Order: sequence, then C-alpha cells, then structure tokens
Amino acid sequence: MNGYLDMELLRFTTAGSVDDGKSTLIGRLLYDSKSIFEDQLEAVEEASRNRGNEEINLALLTDGLRAEREQGITIDVAYRYFATPKRKFIIADTPGHIQYTRNMVTGASTADLAVILIDARKGVVEQTLRHSYIASLLDIPHIVVCVNKMDLIDFSEEKFRAIEARYREMAIKGGIRAQLHFLPISAKLGDNVVKDSGNMPWHHGGTLMQLLETVPILHKSGDEKEPMRFPVQYVIRPISDKFPDFRGYAGRMAGGVVHIGDEVKVLPSGLTSKVKAIMQAEENLSVAHTPESVTLLLEDEIDISRGDILVNANEAQPQMSRDLKLMCCWLNEAPMQLGKRYVMQNSVSEGTCMVKEIVYRLDINTLEQQTECTTLQMNDIAKIKLHTSTPWVYDSYLQNKTMGSIVLIDPDSNETIGAGMIVGQGM
Amino acid sequence: MSYKLTHLKELESESIYVLREVAAQFEKPAILFSGGKDSIVVTYLAYKAFYPAKIPFPLVHIDTGHNFAETITYRDELVKKLGARLIVGSVQESIDTGRVKEEKGYYASRNRLQTTTLLDTIDRYQFDACIGGARRDEEKARAKERFFSHRDELGQWNPKNQRPELWNIFNGKKNMGEHFRVFPISNWTEMDVWQYIYQNNIPLPSIYFTHERACFLRNGQWLAAEPCMKLKPNEKVEIKQVRCRTVGDISCTGLTLSKAHNLTDIIAEIAATRITERGGRADDKRSETSMEDRKKEGYF
Repeated sequence: MNGYLDMELLRFTTAGSVDDGKSTLIGRLLYDSKSIFEDQLEAVEEASRNRGNEEINLALLTDGLRAEREQGITIDVAYRYFATPKRKFIIADTPGHIQYTRNMVTGASTADLAVILIDARKGVVEQTLRHSYIASLLDIPHIVVCVNKMDLIDFSEEKFRAIEARYREMAIKGGIRAQLHFLPISAKLGDNVVKDSGNMPWHHGGTLMQLLETVPILHKSGDEKEPMRFPVQYVIRPISDKFPDFRGYAGRMAGGVVHIGDEVKVLPSGLTSKVKAIMQAEENLSVAHTPESVTLLLEDEIDISRGDILVNANEAQPQMSRDLKLMCCWLNEAPMQLGKRYVMQNSVSEGTCMVKEIVYRLDINTLEQQTECTTLQMNDIAKIKLHTSTPWVYDSYLQNKTMGSIVLIDPDSNETIGAGMIVGQGM
Repeated sequence: MSYKLTHLKELESESIYVLREVAAQFEKPAILFSGGKDSIVVTYLAYKAFYPAKIPFPLVHIDTGHNFAETITYRDELVKKLGARLIVGSVQESIDTGRVKEEKGYYASRNRLQTTTLLDTIDRYQFDACIGGARRDEEKARAKERFFSHRDELGQWNPKNQRPELWNIFNGKKNMGEHFRVFPISNWTEMDVWQYIYQNNIPLPSIYFTHERACFLRNGQWLAAEPCMKLKPNEKVEIKQVRCRTVGDISCTGLTLSKAHNLTDIIAEIAATRITERGGRADDKRSETSMEDRKKEGYF
C-alpha cells in the first residue's frame, strides 16, 4: 500500500471547442482508469434516458447543476478526481465557448498542464489559438495537443503531421511558451487515451495517460535556485503557560526554500532577522520547500504582521512599486471603469487601486491588439496600468505565480471582478 | 537535488493554508462538526494549522437527536482533548419551538430539518464563516463548490453566480448578516481522507469499523434498526456484521456489510469498491438535484 501513499499530484485543465469530444475524452480517462462508480454510471444512464439521449451522455457526470443539466451546457468549472497507481489527478474541466473565457482562466490558474483538443477533421481553428493563448498567458508549463477523432480520418499520419506543423507555426506566432506535446487519439474508441492504439503503428509517443503519469511537474520541484518567498498569513500567539512568548509566523512557502539559520528580510519594512525554527505542528524541520505550509520562528522580536513577505536577504529581491503593468482578464458583467477605486488582493495582502489606462485590448481569436479602449467587458483580456495607494511588493507573474497574481474586487458588490498577472512596473 | 511533495502533503498544505485564511479574514468562524471522518480530518488539520495555539474556532454540532451513540462519545472526548468550545444546535429544540415540522411516514428524516437549526445557530452566534468537511468528489453539485462559498443574508447559495476563485486567492468580503461556508478539503477524495487518517493515525468513532448491529434492508440498503426508524411490516430486523462508510443522521446513513476492522482493511475495501460513498445516503436519492436544492437553502 505504501506506493499509494506517496503519489504526486498533477492538476490539469481541458479545453476544446464544442463537439471536439472533450466530455467523451474525460469520460474515457475516468472510465478506463476505473474511476467511475457503478451508481454514478447508473445515474447518468438514467438521466440520459430521461432526456431522450440515445447514447450515454458522460457530460452529465460533471454538469451537476440543475441549470446545466436542463440546458445541456457547462456553466462553471467542474472539478473531477481520479488516480492511477502512479499519480493522483485533479481535472479542472472548463467550457470551451468564448463567453466562458473567464472560466478557462480560472481553471488554468492552478493547472500544471493543459489538454487542448482539436477535431482531426477541422484541424487548427480560431478557438485552438484562443485556448492555447490562455494556457500560455496563465503560464501553464505543458500543453498537450490531442488531435481527436483520428478514426474519422482513417488514422492518417500525414494529416496528423500536417495539424502538428500548423499548430507549431501558430504557437511560434502567438508567442506560446509552454512545452508542447502532440497525440493522435480517438476518445470514442479509446485509441491512445489509456490504451495503446493498434490503428496507428506509426505513433511512438505513447498514450495520454502515460504522458499524464510521467510529465515532470515543474513548479513543484522546490527549486533551490528560485528565491525564497514567504507571505505571512497569520501570526500564531498562544499566550499560554506553556508558550508564554511564542510568536510564530504562519504561511505557505511561495518560492524557493528556507533553512534554519537563513538571514531573512521583511518586506516592505526592510527589517532583518534569522530563522530560528521551522515548524509543522509539533514537528521541527530543518528546511521547508514550496508549497509547504509551515510556521517560522525568528531570532529577533520584530514587527511582522499578515501581508508582510519574508525573503532571503542574500537572494534576488522582489520589486516594489505603486505603478504596475498587468495582463488582466475581466470576470464580471459590470464593465471595468477607469479611475474607479477597486480593492486588489493577492494571497495575503490587500490594497486599494485604480485602473489608470488600458494599454490595449486583445482580440482573443486573432491576438490583434486594439488600442484606445476605455472599458473592458466580461471575458475581455487586456494589458492595463494600475495605480495603487501603497507600494505593492511583487515579482512578475512569469517569475513567481503567487507573488505576481492579483484579483480585483468591486468594493460595492464585494465580487471578484478581475484577475491580473503582473508584467512589471509601468507608469 | 530534486524535491518531491506527496499528494497527501500537498493536500494537507493547501487545507492548512485555507484554514489560516479563515482565521485571518473572518471575525467569528466556526467548524461544523458532525462526528464524521471528514469533519474529524478538518478538525485535525485545524489543530495542525494553529499549533501550539488552540484552534481559534468553536466546534458546532447540529444535533438531529438521531445520532449513533459512538459519535457523541467521540465528539465529547475530542472536545476535551483539544480544549475546544462545543456549541450544539438541537433539531429537537427547533421542532419543540415550532421552527420546523417533523416529517411523517417510513421515509421520515431529520436531515432536511437540520438546515433551519443550522441557520438559526449561525444567526444566534453571529458566525461569519462556517468551515465544513464537504468534498468536491462526493456529489455533482459539490463539484462546483468554491473553497470560500458565499451565502446571502438568508443563508442561501446561488450556484449560478459564484465568485471566480483563482490561484490561491480567497475573497471573503461580505456585507453584514451574510456569511461564508468554507471547505478546506474540497480537493480531497474519499481515498485521500482514508490514507491521511491512516498515515497520521487519527482516531475515529468505532462505527467506522466492523461491528455487529441490528439492521434491516430497505431498497437494497442496510439501515440501523434504531428506535427512531419506523419499520414497514415486511421489513425484518437482522443482526449483521457492518460498518459505516459515511456517517450522518441515523435515518439516512447506509451500513456496509464489511469485515474491515482496521484502517488497512478499510483502504483495501475502498480501493475495490464499485459504489460511491454517497451511494448509501438516502438523502441524496430523493431527486437528481436533491443536494443542489438542499445546498441552495443553506444545507451543509
């Protein structure tokens, strides 16, 4: 049983156009890995029959809300879970249509890998570019391009290679940075999903499942070369007889590693101290890696509270500025207003800001930059300039996702209305 | 040197992060404690998150009065061990004061009545965040649930208008009178929970392990023959070797025929099973969207 207790966790997202076979693919992964239970299957069979569907509609497994089931559409991100003896997986399944760009952004924000589906008969279409761009914008390290419905093009290697070439060309033009993987599959028949295909002897790249089980999980390698980042979430002060003077800084490692004895600097104050202890409940550690939740004790009593960032004093430092440039996805029906006060929040900090300027709005299907915009609508992606009321401590999103991401909140409705990825300083 | 974090460590780290966010962002949070394995794991994670300080939330138990005795014993021992504060909201009291009406007939259950008691308790103590042990893999309506899930001033959930939740940023902003439900173990599966309990040697109520019990069969499901259950004329009480896979109110907790008497047995049993955990829950079988309907009203 021990083999099952130390699996790694891979989070991935799936995107495809309508009818590309995404639900079938997910159903296939779950079904062939024996992750669908009998009562679930019975419930879906019955629900499919009640709706007059002839085949089992596997989308009903994930479309749990009444409105989704009635309208036959996916409205929200659905999370699915499955495991093989090698890894545990979390799928953020997002609807592919353009009006759900915000859902795809949400699903992509926590993903290690994106599966993008292409219909082999149609090849690379506008939506493919959009899905790939969003995956790249959110800096997902791996994109797996699944060319689906190979059975409908006679499992032709030539056509598959042509689609691959076309995609690579588009990826270069679109500035897609992710590592690319290509697979010819038939989700309906199961070819190259979990089981090898006898129909495509020319393919030597394995199955989707093999790829998911072995692809390196990049951001979780606890890279020692990355600078340490520790956003302070909460200060633990028991004030008890046993621990009268205990002051522990609770948080989750957001970059690099920390060791006992490391010289740390508190931002934004600039005060320094040394790490005295690293705790995980009763356990004392000598080192903590990203993304572990730990409690740090320091040698000196200095003023530290929620929202402060501890960094290693001898490593690269984060930036600090009141003027930021960001890539932003607008999430709310209420359009963006230039000059309006919004709350900005990251994992532990909060501040007030206003949008000074929309540098450009992106036509997400052509990647054309439209300047002279004065507002953003829901699902728009744009480059914007923010002005904050106090200096904001950050790394660029590409350097550190936790330090470089923010959400915008409308103080009137309390709703999360925008998602931002910091590019850098920008007046 | 390459460092690898196991899935259980990563899930633990995520859940502790969420629990600390609750302590930081809210004034009067509480843990909704049912005595089931999921709320036990959440309580254990809270213990780890704030050590050596005590858990900064009280435990709230919504008591239907139809409990397995073992659960109550376990609850009281745990509260004592943690030095935590226990608040009990009583469904019987809600019935006695006319807030709710007891269901009648063979399928009568106090499951749905709990919602009123829960919302009244939240109101009475002015809780602004209630932490629950619900998981997304449990049920299809729960698959769409956020970590931080907003409830309006009537305690209602609006599944079609949920706040987007990106990265690890949780927006707990609300108006007076509104509250949040927070689900720190959203991303855990049933297997993860059992593996974690095994790995950390977390004690559980004895009903999770095999024991002899007076049971009866209804619609293919074994149920406990307790005084609160009304038997149909053709239903016979038999002594069976059973255990609970999930624990709720007696009226809706299915019993599994099982010989699993330790955690290793249970993990092997779960790995081989072809039925979901909530397959034995009568409360989910009332309609295709019964969980969504109850959640909208303010259920757990």
